[in-house]
Order: sequence, then structure tokens, then C-alpha cells
Amino acid sequence: MTGTIEAVRGRGLPLPGDDIDTDQIVESRYLKMTTFRGIETFVFESARRAARDGQGLPHPFDDARLAGASILLVGRNFGCGSSREHAPQALYRFGIRAIVGESFGEIFADNCMAIGLPCLPVAASDGRQLQSLCARVPDTELLADIRTGEITAGTQRICFSLAGGRRQRLLDGSWNALNVLLGAKGLIEMRLSELPPIQLAPQKGPQS
Amino acid sequence: MTRTLYDKVFDGHVVRAVAENQYQLAVDLHLVNEVSSPQAFEELVERRIRVAHPERTFACADHSISTGGNVLRFDDAMCEGQIRLLGSNTEANNVTYFDPMKGLHGIIHVLAPEQGLTQPGMVIACGDSHTSTHGAFGSIAFGIGTSQVRDVLASQTLIVEKLKVRRIVVEGELPLGVFAKDVALFIIHRLGAKGGLGYAYEFSGSTISHFSMEERMTLCNMAVEGGARCGYVNPDRTTLDYLRGRPFAPVGSAWEAAAEQWLSIASDSDATWDDEVVLHAEEMRPMVTWGTSPDQSVPVEVPVPNPASAGEEAGSWEAAMEFMGVESGRPIMGTRIDVAFIGSCTNGRLSDLEAVATFLRSTDGRVAPTVRAMIVPGSRAVREAVVAQGLDKLFEERGFELRDAGCSLCCGMNADKLVGPQVCASSSNRNFRGRQGSPTGRTYLMSPVMVAAAALAGKITDARAAHENDKGRAG
Ligand code: SF4
Repeated sequence: MTGTIEAVRGRGLPLPGDDIDTDQIVESRYLKMTTFRGIETFVFESARRAARDGQGLPHPFDDARLAGASILLVGRNFGCGSSREHAPQALYRFGIRAIVGESFGEIFADNCMAIGLPCLPVAASDGRQLQSLCARVPDTELLADIRTGEITAGTQRICFSLAGGRRQRLLDGSWNALNVLLGAKGLIEMRLSELPPIQLAPQKGPQS
Repeated sequence: MTRTLYDKVFDGHVVRAVAENQYQLAVDLHLVNEVSSPQAFEELVERRIRVAHPERTFACADHSISTGGNVLRFDDAMCEGQIRLLGSNTEANNVTYFDPMKGLHGIIHVLAPEQGLTQPGMVIACGDSHTSTHGAFGSIAFGIGTSQVRDVLASQTLIVEKLKVRRIVVEGELPLGVFAKDVALFIIHRLGAKGGLGYAYEFSGSTISHFSMEERMTLCNMAVEGGARCGYVNPDRTTLDYLRGRPFAPVGSAWEAAAEQWLSIASDSDATWDDEVVLHAEEMRPMVTWGTSPDQSVPVEVPVPNPASAGEEAGSWEAAMEFMGVESGRPIMGTRIDVAFIGSCTNGRLSDLEAVATFLRSTDGRVAPTVRAMIVPGSRAVREAVVAQGLDKLFEERGFELRDAGCSLCCGMNADKLVGPQVCASSSNRNFRGRQGSPTGRTYLMSPVMVAAAALAGKITDARAAHENDKGRAG
């Protein structure tokens, strides 16, 4: 997962609902896994099981018509709650390459950025329209262009409001932060040397 | 000088700008847990990178730890694997580890302040969203994901956005029976669970300056539930009094210099905030959540609201009400509970358990026979203090189970879990669906004293009434 991200192309995967927290995306019991390999198996596990057992509509992640869709279409405050990177990792490994929605949990959006999974905020009405379009016509091809800030869906064009710095980091590849950070070794050490050290105080007597 | 604490601390830690409003920031203190670090350590090994500053890195296992009383008896093989891995990763990298096997454990957000590691003016990062807790000391403290844990381990820096600052002023005296937890729930209710997106919350005003450090921690802990990445309180005498003499606090002349510097980083009185909200303590009541998001709450005596009043949130309110089995217009009081949980990084500190003890002494009630009531100290030190005060006996006599320190029933990662559709009155911070380990389990958030009252009554009740009844009896 390295390189520049200039555009994401794919079909839309509508996931209705607001305030979908990261506990719902990957439940806490899977946080005991010490690797991300295979974590996609458990994405939205409870909701998908409930949909299967309830014999209602299939969960979008199990809907055959939407299989292979790679642009997740969500509502408001998606990914709020726990900081678990397991959630973005599971979505990415499931095949999601961009998430479009009204707003996102902040740590979630940062975690997504760190693995090259853009979260693209759109107006609420645009988001809903996009969801219903892709639910009606699952074959619709979407193009999210990071350069222009536009999503093209058939004849529709929708603007997303990605902050300038985030846009830049996707376009120049610095979303993949570690090499960028390590490139400033000298500056880091200079800054750190100005910060107070952390030390265990010399004990006056025996301490429990 | 007209700067906020946030500006001063942030600017003092910038290594360089990497993009518009994206900064490489130096981290004073990196806290590491067993959940979000394994993949980060693994990548370091793969890339042959060592932990850059082990002397600024501190670790503890809290989520997966057994609270059954013997930490050596792991709750399951995966818990054991994760905890042992943290032990070996920290050892291999010379990182200080508060080893549960040596009885040094606790929830990292309870433990680090107790140790004096959390200090004003620091940038603190930890792979856990409730890192916001540490803002109580006037630090910028925020949660990160595993990739950023890797970044901090490898470079002691990370890339972050500079936030706006909303000053939340709370003035006046809290009514009797209203706690810091209620203030937190009230603020989140008022501003919404996503109201803080893009903001750091600065908490100030007379109510907050009279708060103890433990109360400030409860408040900052919940900032993240209001959508704010971090929350903080300006350092003052209370902060200094708490820190003096803690194991990692500076001593001697270093203390004098540090104390002076800490007080100087408080927001200037003529600083400009990006937004300001003023609230009045007198208006606040004991709060209870009725839904599946921490902003879905009411004062305990107020009925569940009507979704029609929720505007664009009406749909999510209805879904939450259906899941919780609550009805609009009906009282929240009287809701039967199966489990009472007192603990977590929000409310597992000594003062919380002392408040519960004071409440219990004001009544002669016992835990209702239908309820399992658990008290889980936030750290071993808290537990030891509880025992030293003899509170363990009081809790036991009244039917509460005093367990060992850990995250316990807050997160469903150890053996403490809800089963099926059980209903839990909880002093923790999240009422999300499935949060407490059962996909159909239901969580009502409230203050520890309100949880204790619910445990005795077998149903959600107004803890203030229990006090009053008692006064009635006494008189
Ligand atoms: S007590 Fe709960 S919220 Fe706090 S760190 Fe543990 S699991 Fe997270």
C-alpha cells in the first residue's frame, strides 16, 4: 500500500445509516487478533448475521448485485468511536478503496488516510442521492477524482470537500507517513532535545 | 500574548509542516497497550527499525486482562497471546512495562496519571481513543490507530492536523447528586456526538476549576464521545498538588522550574477561541442515556424524547429506541437492569469508588437479587487503596463484587461480558450496540452513584431520591 492516489474508480456500495461506529465495523472480540490478516472476514459480522437470519434484505456486504463494489457510500459520522485501525483495515481488505459520506469519525478518517483509503465528505443530500442511485442501478461506475474534487456517477457530478492538506498527501504519496517522518531525523532530535525528559524520580525510600 | 494552551503546546512540538495544516509533531509521551500495538511492532521488525525513544514509551495491558483476581489465569488463549506478546515486544525494545504479571497493571488512562507520567504541556499519543483523558492536566492528548502507533514507535513523531479550539465554560455550583460524569453527558447531549469534529475542547469556568483532577479526567475522557479528538483543562494549583511527589514527577529545583512552566502554558485570558459555549452548572441533573450513542441522553426524571423533535437525526433515534426497547414519552426511570458496572477509564478511580461508598452508607440497601453488580477499580493502586480504607467489606456486604483492575465490562474483550439481551447500567463511556460483548446487550450510561442506586433498586432510579428517603427516615 504505497504510491500516489489520484483517483478511485469502481462501483458504489451503499450502506445506509448514521453514526455507524467502529465497534460495529469490527467487534471488539476480533481486536484480540495480533495480525490484520483475515480481519476482513469479520467486517460487520453481527449486522450481516442478523440480516441473514432475519430473511429480510441481504446486508449490502452480502448482496450479490453489489459484489466487487469498491466505493463505500455511507451517512453521517461514519466510523465514530473506538480508535481501532482494525475497522479501516477490514474495509480495505474487503476491497473498499474510497469511502464517501456526510461526515466521519476523526480518528477513523486519520486511520484510513494512514493506509491510503480516502474518506471523501459530501453534502448530505448528495450522499443520499448517490446511495439511492447505486442501490437502484448497481452497475453505475463511479469515479472519485482526488485532483478535481469531484465524483462522477453516470451523468451526475458531485463535489467532495477534502481538506487541502489531505488532498495533497494522497496526491504526493505522503499519506504513507513513515518514510516521510523518518526523513526528518535531524529536525526530530533537535525538537525532542528541547522537551523535558521523562524520568523516574530518585526514591527517598523504598517504594511499593 | 494571546494564545490558547492548545496553540502554545502544539506550536512548541511542530517538527515541520508536511502539507497544508498537516504537521509532523513530536510526542513527549507514547502510551502503548496490547490491542493496538502488535501489528505496529511487527512492522518495525519487518522493516528492521528499532523503537526510537523507548524512554518516552510506556506500556500496559488493560483490555484483555482478567479481572477474576488472578492475572496469571488468562480469560482465554487469545487474551494470553496478546498480553504475552506485549511483554516480549516491550522487553525486546527496552520499553517500560507495567507488567500485570508483577501486579503493576491498570487501565493505561488511570495508571499513567497515577504514576505522574501525564504532565502539563505534553503531547501524548496512545493507540486508544480515550487518551483524551490526559488532557485533564493541560496536555494535548489524543488517540491514534495502529499505523500511527508504528510511526510514533519508529520516529517519536506523527502527522496530525491542527484543530480549532472550542472553549466550553461551565459556571456555578453543581446541584447535589450531580457529578462530573453528568457534566460530560450534558455537554455531549447539548453539542452532539459529532459536535466536536475538527475541534479540541477547552473546559473552563468556575465549576471546572473547582473540580479535582479525577473529575477533570472524567470530563476529558468523554470529550472524544462528543466528537472532539482531545479535550483539556488549563493547569492550575490543583494540577500541581496532584502531581507533586508522584513517581515520574520532577523533584527539587526541576520541580520548581516545571511548575512555573506548566502554569505559564495555560490559555491567556485574552486568547481567542474559535468557538465558545457557556453552560450553567445549576441546570444540570443526573443524566442517563436512552440510546446507542452517548449524546442520546436525558436527565433521569425526564421521559424519553420524541424522535420528531430530532430533525435530521429522527431516523437514528428511532433505530436506537427500537434496539434499546425504549418508547418515546415513557420514563427512563424504572427500566429493569440485569448488570451494574462501576469502573472503566471514565469512572474507575478512587474518588468514584469513594462516592459509591458514601452513597451506600446513606442507605441500607443491598444489591437486588436479580442484578449482578461489579465494581472494577481502574488500577491495582486504586484497588489497594479501596482495601486499605476497608471499602471492600462495605461493597461485599451490600452484594457488590469487587474485582481486579482492568477494562472489564467496558469493552467485551475479556471474560466480563453481557449475555444475550441483558441490560446494563454502566459508568463507562460508550453505549454502542454490542459494545459490552453481546450483540443484543443494552447499555445505559450514567454516573457511578446512579449505577449503584440502580443496582440496589434492580432498575434505573434517581439516586438523589434514595438520599432524600434516608434523610426522611433519619428525621
Ligand atoms: S476502560 Fe473502556 S474505554 Fe477505557 S480504555 Fe478500557 S476499554 Fe477503552
